[in-house]
This record gives sequence, structure tokens and C-alpha cells, in this order.
Amino acid sequence: VENVRLLDRLSSRRAVVGTLYLTATHVIFVENGSETRKETWVLHSQISSIEKQATTATGCPLLIRCKNFQVIQLVIPQERDCHDVYISLIRLARPVKYEELYCFSFNPKLDKEEREQGWKLVDLNEEYHRMGVPNNYWQISDVNRDYGVCDSYPTEVYVPKSATAHIIVGSSKPPRRRRFPALSYYCKGNNASICRSSQPLSGFSARCLEDEQMLQAIRKANPGSDFIYVVDTRPKLNAMANRAAGKGYENEDNYSNIKFQFIGIENIHVMRNSLQKMLEGNIPLNWKLEKRIDPSVKELKSPSMSDFLWGLENSGWLKHIKAIMDAGIFIAKAVAEEGVSVLVHCSDGWDRTAQVCSVASLLLDPYYRTMKGFMVLIEKDWVSFGHKFNHRYGNLDGDPKEISPVIDQFIECVWQLMEQFPCAFEFNERFLIHIQHHIYSCQFGNFLCNSQKERRELKIKERTYSLWAHLWKNRADYLNPLFRPDHSQSQGTLHPQIAPCNFLYKFWSGMYNRFEKGLHPPPSVTDYLMAVKEETQQLEEELEVLQERLANLQKSQSGNNKVKSKQQDQSKQFGLYTSNNSLANTPQEYSNDLKSFPSRSPSQGDEDSALILTQDNLKSSDPDLSANSDQESGVEDLSCRSPSGGGCLPSEDSGKDSDEAVFLAG
Amino acid sequence: LCLTGHHLIFSSRRQDNAEELWLLHSNIDSIDKRFVGSLGTIIIKCKDLRIIQLDIPGMEECLNIASSIEALSTLDSVTLMYPFFYRPMFEVLEDGWSSFLLEQEFELLSSVTNEWRLSCVNKEFSVCPSYPPVVIVPKSVDDDALRKVALFRHGGRFPVLSYYHKKNGMAMLRSSQPLTGTNGRRCKEDEKLVNATLRSGRRGFVIDTRPLAVAQQARAKGGGFEQEVHYPQWRRIHKYIERFNILQESFIKLVEACNDQSHNMDRWLSKLEASNWLTHIKELLTAACLAAQCIDREGASVLVHGSEGTDSTLQVTSLAQIILDPRCRTIRGFEALIVREWLQAGHPFQQRCAQSAYSNSKQKWEAPVFLLFLECVWQIHRQFPCSFEFNEQFLIMLFEHAYASQFGTFLGNNENERAKLKLPQKTMSLWSWVNRPEELSRFQNPLYEANSLVIWPSVAPQSLQLWEGVFLRWNRPSRFLEEAEEERINIIKYNKELQARVNALRRRLAELEAEDEDEEVQ
Repeated sequence: VENVRLLDRLSSRRAVVGTLYLTATHVIFVENGSETRKETWVLHSQISSIEKQATTATGCPLLIRCKNFQVIQLVIPQERDCHDVYISLIRLARPVKYEELYCFSFNPKLDKEEREQGWKLVDLNEEYHRMGVPNNYWQISDVNRDYGVCDSYPTEVYVPKSATAHIIVGSSKPPRRRRFPALSYYCKGNNASICRSSQPLSGFSARCLEDEQMLQAIRKANPGSDFIYVVDTRPKLNAMANRAAGKGYENEDNYSNIKFQFIGIENIHVMRNSLQKMLEGNIPLNWKLEKRIDPSVKELKSPSMSDFLWGLENSGWLKHIKAIMDAGIFIAKAVAEEGVSVLVHCSDGWDRTAQVCSVASLLLDPYYRTMKGFMVLIEKDWVSFGHKFNHRYGNLDGDPKEISPVIDQFIECVWQLMEQFPCAFEFNERFLIHIQHHIYSCQFGNFLCNSQKERRELKIKERTYSLWAHLWKNRADYLNPLFRPDHSQSQGTLHPQIAPCNFLYKFWSGMYNRFEKGLHPPPSVTDYLMAVKEETQQLEEELEVLQERLANLQKSQSGNNKVKSKQQDQSKQFGLYTSNNSLANTPQEYSNDLKSFPSRSPSQGDEDSALILTQDNLKSSDPDLSANSDQESGVEDLSCRSPSGGGCLPSEDSGKDSDEAVFLAG
Repeated sequence: LCLTGHHLIFSSRRQDNAEELWLLHSNIDSIDKRFVGSLGTIIIKCKDLRIIQLDIPGMEECLNIASSIEALSTLDSVTLMYPFFYRPMFEVLEDGWSSFLLEQEFELLSSVTNEWRLSCVNKEFSVCPSYPPVVIVPKSVDDDALRKVALFRHGGRFPVLSYYHKKNGMAMLRSSQPLTGTNGRRCKEDEKLVNATLRSGRRGFVIDTRPLAVAQQARAKGGGFEQEVHYPQWRRIHKYIERFNILQESFIKLVEACNDQSHNMDRWLSKLEASNWLTHIKELLTAACLAAQCIDREGASVLVHGSEGTDSTLQVTSLAQIILDPRCRTIRGFEALIVREWLQAGHPFQQRCAQSAYSNSKQKWEAPVFLLFLECVWQIHRQFPCSFEFNEQFLIMLFEHAYASQFGTFLGNNENERAKLKLPQKTMSLWSWVNRPEELSRFQNPLYEANSLVIWPSVAPQSLQLWEGVFLRWNRPSRFLEEAEEERINIIKYNKELQARVNALRRRLAELEAEDEDEEVQ
């Protein structure tokens, strides 16, 4: 569709005209006229909602909201075209079969072996060995070999040695738990462990002997402690309501030697609404879209600070983030300081339990704060234990009530920790953002389906590629320059502050506003420091070369007078060196190199970022300055270093194979 | 615990004296006493927002100490303040009192334009008591005209040059409100003065930091604003910036929120919102951006004023310069900016910074105007972390010294008072201390790379954050952040060292090679 206008979300006066294409996998908007042919690519799987609004004089507006928080506002001249686009997008954005997803057509041009290597990068067996199991207390159980006991669990789970198959099966068969207690994290130092399960189906009175024995077994696996904590991550009220429905929580009278603890994390529905409210309050889209489309209306107030803060508070988002963090802190403290094992569950044991276990692991074990370790952590606590990626992130068309930003919240917890412990993580913010992007993108097979069982049936590993290999290949982009393996923050347990006056939980603008380029002035300190570090490395290498050359030269000079023929040799050698040198780095080039940081230098890239100020604007005496400030060049710099090397979307590296693009444009 | 004439000293009895607290009495904002049995507790709240609790056994002793502290921290004569007694332990390399003279500023200016002149019309502080003895004005306006204009402007603050934008020759002026009154008085000389800054055929902008309604009300009290009929080449923009007690209240509320130990997130956010502090930041930054935009993008001259022209006016003009002028983002340049746009321009520091957020005095002239400005600089700094030569600590240090200091720099309300107090002769300048290499190194931003461009900050709510370095300074554990800063410094330092070594080796190698060739030739 031609002559489509793409509106800038922050500014009413900024709109670009271009052509809209729909392909089998992407929505593509190509700007007219500009020499660089600026393109916007959006994967269909990223689209969360499409809204067609009332037609105005200038055209028919279409609002596309994406799961990675991009919001695209288009105005299409013809109503009919708009309708066609709308209908096609609705179909394309809601695939019904896994095979329709992008990962089955995505081909990064790797051969079979490379693909297999990619999948082997994260190996959970290796991870459990690293933790120190199997050992005297823990063993692999094969009760779930054919997913016979629990179809949302992996085939291999670690259980206490004293828990016999009879106990496990007994504790997992209805009317008890559907997901029996299994090992999530084992602390080598003091034998304390974190186990996870679903809620017991105990109701008010029912007892389950095998389940009680199971918990005893977990306690015995930690000889240093005579009790275990049972952490129910739900608010007490919810748990009691569940009890009335024949489910519920452990009765301290029936289970000996447990300490029971509620931690009020709200359910997926509350979280979904909270995110929605936060995004609405963030940049109010209800900023009268009609007014924005009709250029004659200039009245546009910029969002005020108190609206924003009020919206943030009202959404409760940060409160929920803090609740998850607090739960993780509680468990980490129990394990590290008290040496007590913890059993964590919520209702099903795949949402809140996954969040809390992974936050606790992250706090406890520095390994999970490395890039590789973080991949392992997600693979362990989320992928293998049957977090329902498909349902939560709406990869296939499904029940909208199942959708909830569960892993998003975990990722944000990690970011909040990074703010508090800047040197503790090997990876940077971009790493988190790209993982979030790919959880929704369906470009890689890692997060498909709801369980390991489904993934095996779909033969994911044979048919798709692994995200971890892709990220690992580009790991230079994801490094935190402040991280040093020997730094004190990279050792041992982290002890975060919990009161807001001691540590500020912040709105994560880098995530939720990452497409509002004007809000993110120039390349970050992270990029700058990475560039400096890279240069430092080059310097180190050059230093070595120079020292060697110097040594050689001095040696040969001292021997110069002795043998005449040697001198010739040496001059030959000398010639060789110079050529070498010019290949590596000449001084001139080098200083250029230093100065050629501009693309990375955070101080650049503002010249063209003009604030547009028209006479009209001044007349209204309330120019929305916020709306206009735009550091375009700065943002583009950043995008150059995104792993794709292309645009600012990580998805772009893939879709640009034009041979596979089918243009449906009218 | 030991009380001296100017300090409260607390030292642990450990041998190494590792923990010793020296607190200036003038830093004490308020003091509370509490008794449980015979154990007395004194809670000292400081102007830098720190809270110190002293437990003192014995009621009588405790009361004595409390009353001494109270008396010592509320001296009513400026000349009894510590700066008059402070003897520096360092060698003065450069007298800060004469580091930043307007004459030097003018010299720089005259190298690019000859449209301006230095006027000594205010030599005896007779024309305008809150102006410095010399000011920069358009060349075409003589001193007699200036005297007339001064009568037409509140407090005699006639329009003077605040900033000259070399890139396009546009100027930023500042003044106080014109005294038009209800009957629309006008002053030909005033019109001539401001028009002298315009290029022919171009418009200028008057940025009035009051809302239109307030400006209109001001007429009843003899004040007013530039009316279109008399200033046809000027367009007026009202950009409201909050002042005085509203700011002070906001400051008090914010600090209270920051000291709330509750773990409740909703409560924290609603208190933060209720304080309105970030709203004031946003308004101020927006106004400054607007002024900068008029100058740089519209190619127009700008006149900024509110009522008195000593508070919001200075906030706007100085922030606009941070945005426009790369020089103001260097340490020296920023110091010069503070001297020029705040100290010499007559911001009444002594009145505004007499008390901080814990005081109960609620005097109407107390307001965190300067702190608000520093925080806005910090917000821009946060968005452009590599464009500033100084670091956050530098800004925090200025905040501290504006409220309590051993130096005389921030004493007095204007140059006139400072001259009467003979501050340059009797006290030490803050700049004499700061600008010594030992101190400077603490305030340098390791990431600094000179950036000659205009920097446009984002003023969207998402881009603004609470200044934790000041408001959570005493509550948050700073170790991890300090370690991160150290790491940053080390990365850069190591890089520079390597560069130096590589360059040295290259030179050495080149020399040797040259020798070698010489020998070969021989």
C-alpha cells in the first residue's frame, strides 16, 4: 500500500510517508524519498493487537501494538486498503499451527552440524553436575521417563535419594500434586536446596502420606537442618480460596518439621492488567488520536510528570516486581544464611514458582550472572520445567486470558538488580532486551510450546535453531564492561536492599520505551566503555608486538659490528617488520582510530536532533518540547552495533532475505 | 564528642582515629531531643540531608550539649560564621576570588563581536544594588539610558547580556519585570535597549517565567510585562516556573518521602508524586530547552525574566547555557557560569539557603532554587554522560557548599553585600580550593570527551529520575555504585596508560630504526 503515513508516537508533527508491505512473516514500512531507505520491520508474531479507528479526512488510521512494546500508528489513505491490511494482519498475527511460526522458515544459513552444536550450547545435565548432583543425597529419577507421571516436567528430574518411585508417584497422582517436588537448585556448600512443585491437592482435610514422606525426604537430603521452609508464593487469600476448591497448601499439623510461609505475588491475570495499565500510563495513547491525525489541531499537551507517576503507581507494576524480588531474597537468605532447604510452589508451579526460583538462584550463584549461566538458568527454571511459553506469550492464537508477562517480570527483576549491582553481571541490558524480544519473536525454537514433551514431539531441535547459539555468537555486544570475574560483586550471594528509600525500583525506560528514540539520548556508557575496552585490547597486542620488535632491533644492533653479512639479513628482517606493522596499525591510522570513535562516542550525534519549533507552536505557548527532542543519529549509531548489524530490531538480521519475502502490497 | 566554636567532632576511641566525624555547625538544619530514663538522644538533621543520632547518658549533660549545638548552629551575624575564621591547610595556587572576572569574559566576547560593551554604570551599586559593578550591554546604549531603564525595571535590574551564541550571533538577555503598572507605562530607552540585540527584520522572544495571569496581576503592584504594542518585534511566551515556598514545601515533602523506611512501594510512589519535585524539574528543564531552542534553532534573541529576575530567571538562563555552550560543561566553564549567572547576577544565596528541608522556620525567602538548578544539570548529565568534564560529586559538592561551607563564596546575597563584608579579603574562595589538582581529580568525569554540539535533553517523564545521589545519599548503600565508578575510572585509566606506553615505544623504535639506517648509510 502506498502513501501510508507513519506517525511518530511522541510528536504529532512528525510523520513520514512511505509504502507498506505485508510478507508472510513481516510487516514492512519503507520510507519514501530518503536516501537511506529507512525501513521498519515488524514480525507478525510480535503483534499483540491491531486497532482500526474511525476514518478521518486524511485517511484511515491503524494502530498496531507489539509485544516488544513497539507501537506503530499508520494512516492509510483508502479505507478499503486499510480494511484489507487489517484483515490480513489479524490472520497473520494469529497463527493456529506451530508450523506457521517464523522459526520453521527462518534460515540463518548454518549447516546441520552447526545447528546441532547450537542446541548443545546449553546442557542441563552439565549444569546439574556443576551444582554437584547426583551425590549422596540426590539422584536422577526416571519415573517421568515417558512423561508418564507429569507431562509438563522434563524426563530427567532430580529427587532426594530417599524418595522412592512409589513416593514420587504417590505424591504426584491426583488427588495430590500434579507436579511433584523436584530439585531446582542445590547449594554445594551447605547441602541446602531449592525444590519446586505445584500446590498440594489437600483441600481442608485430605492427607497424603506419600507427599508427607516426599517432604521428609527433601529435609533429610539436607542433614544440616532439621526443618524446611515451604514457600507458597500466592497471597494467603488466594491459597485459602483454592483450599475450598479441594486444592490448597500444606497443613503444618500434618507435615512435620516444615515452616510455612506465604509470599503475596499476584496471579497472571492481575499481572496482565498491571502491565497494560502501566503501558497506558506510560505514554498515554488516549492522547486523542483523532487530533493527531488531523494536522489542523495543534493542541497537544505533553504528558505531565504527575500523570506519569500516578499511572506508574496505579498500575502497581513496580509493587509486583518488588514482591517477586522479595520472595527471591527470602529464599536466597534461607538457603545461604540459614542453610535450610526450601520447597516453593504457587498453584501450578510454572509461573510464580519459576520467577521466584530463578531470582533466588541468581542471587545465590554467581554463575547465573554470567552470560552462559543466565541462558542455563532460563533453560532450567523456565524451559525444562514446563513454563507455558505458548500460552503466556500468545505465540499461537489462543485464550487471551492465558497471556501474562511472567518472564518479562523476571527479566525486569534482573535489570533492577543490575542497577543495584553494576559490576555483578557479565551481560548488559541489551542482552535482556534481546532475550525478551525473542521470547515473543518465535524466530528461534527455544521458547516454542508449553513443555518439553510438546517440543520433542514437534522435533524442534531438528527443525529450528537455538537462540542461545545466536546470542553466544554475538556475545561481544552483550558484555557488561564493568564486569570482572574476580570482582567482589561477582562473588557469592547478592544481598539487595528492599525498602524503596534504600534502593529505588525504577521504571525501565530502556525496555518499555525502547522504540521511542527521542527518549534515549545518545549511545550508552556501556557501549562507550566497551569500545574503550576493545581498544585497550588492541593496544595490549600492539604493545607486545612493539616490545618484541624493540628487543629484536636492540639485539641485532649490538651484534651489528661483528658480522657484516648479518647486517643484510637484518635489514631484510626489518623490511618484513615494517610491512607487518603497516598491516596491523600505523601510528597515523591509530590516532584516527582514536578519533574515529564518533559513532560510539556518546557525546556525538546531537547536531541534527533539532527541536522543531514553529511559529504556531510558540503561539500556543506550550510547545511540547518533550515530543520533539530526538537524537536520531545517536540511535542509529546504536543500531549499527545491534547483533543484526542492520537496524535496531534484533529480528532484522533474519527477514531481509528478500527472496523469501512475498509482497502482498496492493 | 567534642564541640568547638564551629564544629561538632565525634571520634571513636579507636587508636587509628579511623572514624571521625567533623560537622560544621552551620550544616545543622534542626535538632531534636528525646529522653528515655536518663538516656538522652539528640537527633541532628543536617542541611546536606544527613541525619545523625547521638545517644548521651545523663539528662543534664544531654540538655547542655543540645543547647550549645542549637546556639552555635544559629549564629545571627554573618561575620561570626566559620569562613571568617577558617585558615586553609593548603597552599593557594590561584585566588578563586579573581578567577572569574567579567572582564575576562568580555575579552572573549570582543574577539568575536564588537556589538557589546562593558558598562561601569553600577560601579557604586547605585543603579542596581543586586547587580555587579560591571555588566555587559549593547554598545549602542549609553550609561544615561541604562540609568533610565533601571528605573523602569524591578529592583533596577535592567536587561544585560547573559549569553552570546557564537554560532549565529544571537543573544540571551536577562532582567526583571518591567514596571508598567496598571496604566501601561512605557520606557523608550528600555525598548531601544532590547531592540538593539535584534538583527534587522528578525524577531525576539521574551520568556516570562510567570503564567499570564500572574503577570497581569503584577501590574496592580506596579510590575507588569512587555506589551505587544510597545515591543512589536518581540513575542512573549509565558513558561511557568514555580517559586519560593511552593518549592520549599515540595523539597520538604520529597525529603520526608526519601526518609520513609517503609517497604511499601505504593506509598513511596504516591509520596514521590505528591511532592511534585520532579514536576518542577520537568517544567524548569522545558523552559530552559525552549530558551535554547529559540536561540539556536529559531535564530532569535531571547530576553528572560520573571518578577525579580534573581531566581527562576537565572535558572533558565544558566541551564540554557549548559545546553548550548560546550564550555559550560567543563569544570572551569561551569564554575564561571555559577559565578556569572548566580553569584554576580545576585541570586540571594544567603536568604535562599539559610535553611534546608528539615527546618521548621518556614521563612518565605527560603527556597531550594539553586538545588533545583543543580538537579537539572544532573538530569542533563545523566542523559549525556560523556559530555561533561565534571562528575556527579562535583554537583553534590556545590550543593553542600551553598548551604554550609568553610569558604566565603556563597555568603551574602549579592556582590554589593560581599563587598561590604570584605569577603575576598577576609575569607577563602571555594574555587581556590576546588581548582587545585588534588581536589580536581575527585571531580573529573572519566568518560568526558569534549562535545562541541548543542545537547538537547529529553524532558519526557520517563527520562527524568530522582537524584539519588542527593536524596538517597545517606540511605542507600553506596558501595556497589562506588565500585562501579572505580571500575569505570580504571578502565579508562588503563587505556590511557597503554596509549602512552605504545606511543613511547613507537617513538623509541622510530629512533632506533633511524639510527640503524644512519649506520647503514655510513
